[in-house]
Amino acid sequence: MLRFAVRRLILLVPILIGLSLLVFIWIRALPGSPAQALLGERATDESIAHVRDQYGLDEPIYDQYWRYLQTIGSGDLGTSIASRRPITEEIQERFPATIELAISAMLFATLIGIPLGFVAAKRHGGAVDHASLFVSLIGVSIPVFFLALLLKWLFAVELGWLPSVGRQDVLIDAEHPTNFYVLDGIITGNWNAAWDAVKHLILPAIALGSIPLAITARITRASVLDVQNEDYVRTARAKGISPSAVDRRHVLRNAMLPISTIVGLQVGLLLSGAILTETVFAFPGIGTWLQMAIVNRDYPVIQGGVLFVAIIVVLVNLLVDISYGLLNPRIRLAGR
Amino acid sequence: MGKGLKVLLAAVAVALTVTAATLAATSRTGATSDTLVFGTASEPTSLDGAVVSDGESLRVIDQITEGLVGLKNGTTVIVPKLATSWKASNAGKVWTFKLRKGVQFQDGTPFNAKAVCANFDRWYNFTGAFASDSTSYYYYTVFGGYKKKSAGLTNAPLYRSCKAVGDSTAVITLRRPNAAFLGALSLTAFGMQSPTAMAKYGANKGTLSKDGVFTPGGQYGVPGGYAVGTGPFKLESWKIGDKLEIVRNDSYWGKKAFLRRVIFRSIPDNAARLQALQTGEIQGYDLVEPQDIPTVQKNSKLKVLDRPAFNVAYVTINQAVKPFDNPLVRQAVAYGLDRAGVVKSFYAGRGTVANEFMPPEVVGYSKGVKKYSYNPAKAKQLLQQAGLTLPVEVEFWYPTDVSRPYMPDPARNFQAFAASLDKSGFKVIPKSAPWRPDYVSRVQAGTAGALNLIGWTGDFGDPDNFIGTFFRTQQGQWGFNNPKLFALLNKALIETSISKRAALYRQANNMIMNFLPGVPYVHTKPALAFQKNVVGYIPSPVSLEPFSTVRFVG
Repeated sequence: MLRFAVRRLILLVPILIGLSLLVFIWIRALPGSPAQALLGERATDESIAHVRDQYGLDEPIYDQYWRYLQTIGSGDLGTSIASRRPITEEIQERFPATIELAISAMLFATLIGIPLGFVAAKRHGGAVDHASLFVSLIGVSIPVFFLALLLKWLFAVELGWLPSVGRQDVLIDAEHPTNFYVLDGIITGNWNAAWDAVKHLILPAIALGSIPLAITARITRASVLDVQNEDYVRTARAKGISPSAVDRRHVLRNAMLPISTIVGLQVGLLLSGAILTETVFAFPGIGTWLQMAIVNRDYPVIQGGVLFVAIIVVLVNLLVDISYGLLNPRIRLAGR
Repeated sequence: MGKGLKVLLAAVAVALTVTAATLAATSRTGATSDTLVFGTASEPTSLDGAVVSDGESLRVIDQITEGLVGLKNGTTVIVPKLATSWKASNAGKVWTFKLRKGVQFQDGTPFNAKAVCANFDRWYNFTGAFASDSTSYYYYTVFGGYKKKSAGLTNAPLYRSCKAVGDSTAVITLRRPNAAFLGALSLTAFGMQSPTAMAKYGANKGTLSKDGVFTPGGQYGVPGGYAVGTGPFKLESWKIGDKLEIVRNDSYWGKKAFLRRVIFRSIPDNAARLQALQTGEIQGYDLVEPQDIPTVQKNSKLKVLDRPAFNVAYVTINQAVKPFDNPLVRQAVAYGLDRAGVVKSFYAGRGTVANEFMPPEVVGYSKGVKKYSYNPAKAKQLLQQAGLTLPVEVEFWYPTDVSRPYMPDPARNFQAFAASLDKSGFKVIPKSAPWRPDYVSRVQAGTAGALNLIGWTGDFGDPDNFIGTFFRTQQGQWGFNNPKLFALLNKALIETSISKRAALYRQANNMIMNFLPGVPYVHTKPALAFQKNVVGYIPSPVSLEPFSTVRFVG
């Protein structure tokens, strides 16, 4: 097991180097210049030239890349032009929001998706099955931002049931020791704030969770269909075990293996979807932050932020790989 | 289906129903009548007025600090603020300010001449990361430099010294006369800040990061930090991603604010800001997109406020290119541009046709300038009068990859103008370049054809910031040398009597529109949106809008 994990970790090195190279090149391919972004609109050509010179923007590109690697290697992701604050500090403030949103979306996707897929499989070919397929199809094909706009328009603007922007009603005074607002409300015993934070999460979580929900439901369905025809399930039934116990102990447990992988792999999808969802709901997470940075040409943020998100996705996938190995000895052994 | 699963599904269904019911019952918190929530496009950069130039920072700072002089609400007329009167002497080089008595900063520090000099000396003595045109933009722009020359910047400081005479007289000495100085002091960047608080919280600490970005080192003006002025509101709290809260300063020297608190909430997405206004989560926001204005107007609970125009878009005529040194040809251009048509077609009712190079709100605007309405026949006739064979070929440049408030869609403006010029005896040769880095530098260097599209948004309400910037010196963009015009504008720059100064600028505007160095075509007005029950918000051309006059009705 250890060997498996170490191998995966070593594989991480070329992936990270590739990532940094991609981000580095992509930033330089964007229209506009970093010196311009730094100095603002009224910058004179002289001051732009001065900045280019001062920050080595005229140096050969490989020198610039080497310097960039050295800087990020030291854990310094740079300073935001717009906020003038270290990027690591901004990430600390904003990442909890994105995690909170992603967890809510995941909860929504699994709590609804797994039962839905399970029921569809049990009623294979029936009305519920068709309905679930239909829902999954819509879930996968509707663009996240469109669903977000639709949900917001209906439940926030028209019906007024839920808030349309942010993480917390600004009229509520709440302490935020961890920056996970629901958790903060619970820790500080401010139930009003906790409930308010939950309300702010509902619509973005549904929008962001729609694709994972659809995928989870379909995988669950397929996987349950697979498992329930296995010999050991038939044997269990033949032994006279009650149907619900068979489902619980044999079908669902074995079907969970592919489901858990898929759920893990959704994390990357959630982070990319978060950019759109957060923008629509003005949810102050990593997504809105990156979107603003792109609009403002805040190069250090784009560079540092995208790299950070990429690393998180890679790390989560690594964790999923390792946990999958833990769950399924066959994978671990195949890795030898 | 297993029993357990049925129970689970039933539980989910019940939970959803209960949630929906609860939500419906607890919907829309709404505002309290003493708190206004204002939606902003971004978080402020800093609350230290001396080191910012972005609108969202200035909006908040303007509620907390005040300058020696201010502007009458909704205008660019200079009125007393922390100074009750002032006098220029020694040919406009020495300015004596009588200060308001009994004023205190929000931290209890007395406001006096010593505090005034502390602020002026602080700016002048900026070094390192502070002494750059990206950090202290307004100081550098108005005062031309710092005590110690900063690398990469031309340094021509205007400021010499400040002397406190007793508690309530501050004497500021300049190195050369400059009448724009007084108006510039109304800028939020020159608001008076408590010297005690600035020292205590390290306002002068700051470094340049490896990326070349100014990074504050202390706790002054930063999120979770402090900012102290004399204004009608004081800073309560600022948490990034949550809110910035200011509360009424109950010991304010002047008329106290109606609202107990104002909360600034950052909602970067335009559509999201509009919807937050519709749901009542915010009660007002700035920079309404033109396409959203009808939605606001149609909603019986909302209203649109117009901010007076403070910009100008114009067509440069480069006189270095022949035959545009001939006034008849320049007049033909002016008559050949269908400005009214362009403003009507591409500005969604937010633009007015510009007849001179500065907006009507600025002192010195002249009502008597020569006007040139679209007249293709007259244009052709003028060209023939100049002895030219029609059509006259002209290289006409426009920018790409850019949208400015005064020029949302340059390509369409260009196409319409090119069509109207083609009808007026010209043959337009279209040329374009990306706004940065090529276009602007080409325009400035005078290598963007005979005609090009460009514009300007004012920094502050002084006529020199418009026509002085354009025409006070010889510039490549225009390709002319007109000593009479330069002399008039330089005389106006140092005239310290406000009425005489206005007369000089009116004269200059008349002269400019006869001389026709270019053709101004539009001023655009930005829009703000509010809940209808919010009253007392007075839009200002330079966006200096106090929240102290705002209140709720009904």
